Amino acid sequence: MNSNVAIELRGITKTFGNVVANKNVDLVVNRGEILSILGENGSGKTTLMNMISGIYYPDSGQIFIDGNEVVIRSPKDAFDYKIGMIHQHFKLVDIFSATENIILGLKKDGKFDIKAATQKVREISEKYGFDIDPVKKIHEMSVSEKQTVEIIKVLYRGADILILDEPTAVLTPQEAEKLFAVLRRMRDDGKAIIIITHKLHEVLSLSDKVAVLRKGEYIGTINTADATESSLTEMMVGKKIELNIERSEPVNTQDRLIIKDLKCVNREGVTVLDDINFTARSGEILGIAGIAGSGQRELLEAIAGLQKIQQGEIEYHNPKTGLVENLKDKTPIQIRELGVRLSFVPEDRLGMGLVGNMDIVDNMMLRSYTKGKSLFLEKKGPKDLANHIIDELEVVTPSANTPVRRLSGGNVQKVLVGREIAASPTVLMAAYPVRGLDINSSYTIYNLLNEQKQKGVAVIFVGEDLDVLIELCDRILVIGSGQITGFVDSRHTTKEEIGLLMTKSHGGEQND
Amino acid sequence: MTENRLKSHHEPLIHITKRDDVGLGKSMLIHFVGILIALVISAVLIWTITGSNPLQIFKSMYEGVVGTSIANSGINKKYMESVHIMAMLLCISLAVTPAFKMKFWNIGAEGQVLMGCLASAYCMIEFGGKVNDTVLLLIMVVLSVLVGALWALIPAVCKAFWSTNETLFTLMMNYVSMTLVSYFIMVKDRSGRSDLGIINERTEYGYLPEFLGRDYLSNILIVAAVVVFMFIYLKYSKQGYEISVVGESENTAKYIGINVKKVILRTVAISGAICGLVGFMIIAGDKHSIKPSIVGGQGFTAIMVSWMAKFNPLLMIPVAMLIVFLSVGSKFATSAFRIDNSIGDILTAIVIFSIIACEFFTRYKINFRGVKKGGKS
Repeated sequence: MNSNVAIELRGITKTFGNVVANKNVDLVVNRGEILSILGENGSGKTTLMNMISGIYYPDSGQIFIDGNEVVIRSPKDAFDYKIGMIHQHFKLVDIFSATENIILGLKKDGKFDIKAATQKVREISEKYGFDIDPVKKIHEMSVSEKQTVEIIKVLYRGADILILDEPTAVLTPQEAEKLFAVLRRMRDDGKAIIIITHKLHEVLSLSDKVAVLRKGEYIGTINTADATESSLTEMMVGKKIELNIERSEPVNTQDRLIIKDLKCVNREGVTVLDDINFTARSGEILGIAGIAGSGQRELLEAIAGLQKIQQGEIEYHNPKTGLVENLKDKTPIQIRELGVRLSFVPEDRLGMGLVGNMDIVDNMMLRSYTKGKSLFLEKKGPKDLANHIIDELEVVTPSANTPVRRLSGGNVQKVLVGREIAASPTVLMAAYPVRGLDINSSYTIYNLLNEQKQKGVAVIFVGEDLDVLIELCDRILVIGSGQITGFVDSRHTTKEEIGLLMTKSHGGEQND
Repeated sequence: MTENRLKSHHEPLIHITKRDDVGLGKSMLIHFVGILIALVISAVLIWTITGSNPLQIFKSMYEGVVGTSIANSGINKKYMESVHIMAMLLCISLAVTPAFKMKFWNIGAEGQVLMGCLASAYCMIEFGGKVNDTVLLLIMVVLSVLVGALWALIPAVCKAFWSTNETLFTLMMNYVSMTLVSYFIMVKDRSGRSDLGIINERTEYGYLPEFLGRDYLSNILIVAAVVVFMFIYLKYSKQGYEISVVGESENTAKYIGINVKKVILRTVAISGAICGLVGFMIIAGDKHSIKPSIVGGQGFTAIMVSWMAKFNPLLMIPVAMLIVFLSVGSKFATSAFRIDNSIGDILTAIVIFSIIACEFFTRYKINFRGVKKGGKS
């Protein structure tokens, strides 16, 4: 056996009920190597890593570390084997400093020496080129700084096998580059690094090897040097796929929704949106870019009548009557009663757009059940609609009477988008509509949005993948900390430009 | 540097995994085995503690519930009594269910029923003989239902407008209502007794008439109607749908424009109103008397019935039957065998505990070390 092998998995299988998350997975990770685990959502990447880090216990299979078979029953066992995982969701105490979080939970005899710990954190930072202030409190940190703390935490504990679960999901392109530089330095220091991702360009630019999973099965490991975007996609999906979004020129655009000086304050009294001005036009897709939590959700909810508005106007120009309606301070029902056909695909699909425990038919009813004077529910219409959507959008489900929480992410989204489009909207707002979806479903959603655009709907698309935003949208609004930091024409912009606008501190200098 | 840190671990002895949805048949089998195990444990316990023959005790429990019919008359008083106790428990369970489906944890049914009792008793004393008896019964129903609904609405208003915790609030309201009843008794009867005796014993004003010559049959029929109503209301009405949506996700409710406050108030009012109706039935159709402990804890037992039946009105019938069988039967058996009546409580607890434990086995599977499935290729 190659002595350079840090960790090896043989025949790992894990099932949850009747769902096979991992089936007979083999994997080899060498020291001094960055391995990407690539696969679509639901392909079992995270489950596999959770078994290495002791969160799940495999149903069958073996794990070898440095050539010895081991049993990892808990995160503590994993830590004993020097395995450290950086999760997608950070596990940090907000009111503690970076150092305090790093040494939290460490068992040590003798005196508690925060000075020595701070010194050690500094040394680790310098060694790998982290940019961190050890005494800064977590709640004062940006997302990327918090991630840095998580990484230093596992290094501090002596980890030499590092697992990162979708580390760039929350980062801007610039921050991601910085992270990659650090990871390369760790690799050169002889650590074994595993990163879970579904972004192809990251795989190509960062890793030495790529292991691909598809539907829980291990497809193979190849050298990144031999891989291309399309060969990797083919391995992930199992067939060739065209990765192009057709963008038509907007025709016959009219102002549909005009937002003027919008300001919103949340429950804690923090201003979440300030000085927002823009116009959404019919027949075009308006993209909204920004770091997660910059006010995207509040903006859409303000338009939909779910968020209290401090000041400003939301004007809706009704194409049928030619009237201008002000949507400010109206409830969703009042908005509907005004004849405003506003559809909204919220970010939280099962917590807001749909009811997870209800079946597809009952979820169709959410939008239509109030119709009619009867005290009782009318089930035929919703049932027909459910079956129509299942056929039209190829929703994979045992039947229309299956609770939607049992469907996969892509199918849940098809049900939701299908219902919102069925209301033949004039404005369609979609927040992160492809998050967690596989490539095929994502392109189904892009096509649906494009179709709506061609029908003359004003589409507002909040996205996180800048490549997609640039390809799909006509214009892109960039927001940062609740304010507009830029407005670009997506036919003449770059990812880097948008990335810069996203991180630009608000107030003062605005482009053009 | 690696001392004995890297000592090898064994595979865990057992680990628990989620299982697929079990079918109805398997679920029933699991519950059947659960109850069987509970009975065996109970039998051993009875035998070791009391030395009596457990089979005799079980037989005596059965007799205590079903009774024996009086020769030639065909009327079996004990049987009707058991069914009536079951019906009252069932009706309170139905009352708390809409609130529970909405995730409004109304544990104040005891007090809401008692307020219904108080309203009915008050009418019997104040208006008995002054108005036509049919009118009196009508006034009693309306007032009991109203008082029950209002009593439940107090915590609901606070929850809807100021997000107070309804669990504590409804619980505390129980004690307030008991004190109110004590006060009422004190005002009406200055002799210092803890109850008012039988109200209108001679005149029978405000007594629910016997139906087809059977005791309790009127009450039982009212409850049957409530079962049907609640089943249809929750499953087929628009309001029932709104309750489910609010209960599952308040955000979704707001997203589609449901007025969440309104649904909370309306649903809790219905919950309280049915509790008030039970209060009316207890006074007019059964006890004809009032004291603070008249509901006898059924308001709390009903919470368990509703949960065990998974908020399904039809499933509540067998669950209520089982619980009444255990409580009535064990009371009879323990007195017949002159053993401590705590044995009855223990027995009930064992059976209920094992039924709840069955839930775990319908959802999870236990894997033992060494038994592995799915070989390596």
